[in-house]
Amino acid sequence: MVEFALPANSKVVEGKTHKAPPGAKNVRVFKVYRYDPDDGGNPRLDSFEVDMDTCGPMVLDALIKIKNEIDTTLTFRRSCREGVCGSCAFNIDGTNTLACIKPLDEIKGDVKIYPLPHMPVIKDLVADLSVPYAQYTSIEPWLKADTPPPTTERLQSQEERAKLDGLWECVLCFCCQTSCPSYWWNGDRYLGPAVLLQAYRWIADTRDEHTGERLDDLEDPFKLYRCHTIMNCTSTCPKGLNPGKAIAEIKISQAQRR
Amino acid sequence: MKAGNRPLSPHLQVYRPQITSFLSILHRLTGVALAAGALLLGYWLTSAAYGPETFARAQDFLASWLGRLVLFGLTFSLFYHLLNGIRHLAWDAGWGFEMGTLKATGWLVTATAVALTLIAWIAAYAVAGGA
Repeated sequence: MVEFALPANSKVVEGKTHKAPPGAKNVRVFKVYRYDPDDGGNPRLDSFEVDMDTCGPMVLDALIKIKNEIDTTLTFRRSCREGVCGSCAFNIDGTNTLACIKPLDEIKGDVKIYPLPHMPVIKDLVADLSVPYAQYTSIEPWLKADTPPPTTERLQSQEERAKLDGLWECVLCFCCQTSCPSYWWNGDRYLGPAVLLQAYRWIADTRDEHTGERLDDLEDPFKLYRCHTIMNCTSTCPKGLNPGKAIAEIKISQAQRR
Repeated sequence: MKAGNRPLSPHLQVYRPQITSFLSILHRLTGVALAAGALLLGYWLTSAAYGPETFARAQDFLASWLGRLVLFGLTFSLFYHLLNGIRHLAWDAGWGFEMGTLKATGWLVTATAVALTLIAWIAAYAVAGGA
């Protein structure tokens, strides 16, 4: 359902301001979305004044500094701090990306950090990803083959293996998924760019023997064809992948087998 | 924890406008405008079939500043929707998905639609003399 406005319980109100420590010369303001499920209030936007002379270069460095030194209750996911785990995906400066590989000097003015868009919020920057994970499970993301396993690996030619480039690198951060307006309005039935890129990763795999069934499962007005080639997904992917093109390849595969 | 009580994170409110999504929604909006424009075309043709008086009334409306504004918008809608439709055809064939290409074809389509709209109206005024 298309609903442009936020529900009443989701409207973001003005939050607290945490002043910079006295003597800080190089201060930058971070505006961070906060939501505490225990206080019963609406989400709010807190301002943190951070001394940049003692802060690392990435957005995640600033978030960790805020949590360590200003407000320990600030809640967010993070793990690898080098763009391979996909945990610290937020809406930063208006687009979705990974905080750990987003340099602060690429952002002009105040740094605004929100959870991934149009998702239920568990606390602060932690979005509930149960639905996209369930959708990921639904495409059965593993190799399916009926022929008996060979005694060695299932071999591919270099050309066959090259078809997986640009697909295997996805870290499932769901930046693309939650950048897609079509997923915002139909996220309960449209699989979304991240899950469809993963679906294509198995369709394109020459070792997989269930391509037809995979395509059958996706031949659906909502699961696949809610993609209207808006392309916010490719525009925002922090790993430089192309979910929009992967979805187009699925559509082409559907057309070619008719 | 009930998921239903959780707030929904901001989306349109915070997402920076993207050339990609802007041109996409413009395609949808111009398509809606053209559907309405088809009704207007139907009205114009029907008014001619009804007789000189109804046709004159339709002509008066379409020649008014409001009518011309509507027709100008429809001209742009037609050209933009047509050209961006060709862009969609290329996508359906698997071409043009790199970010640089996407932006280039997006601007090309928009600029060409504006140019064709202006040319059409300049030509129309040159031929009809603004009457």
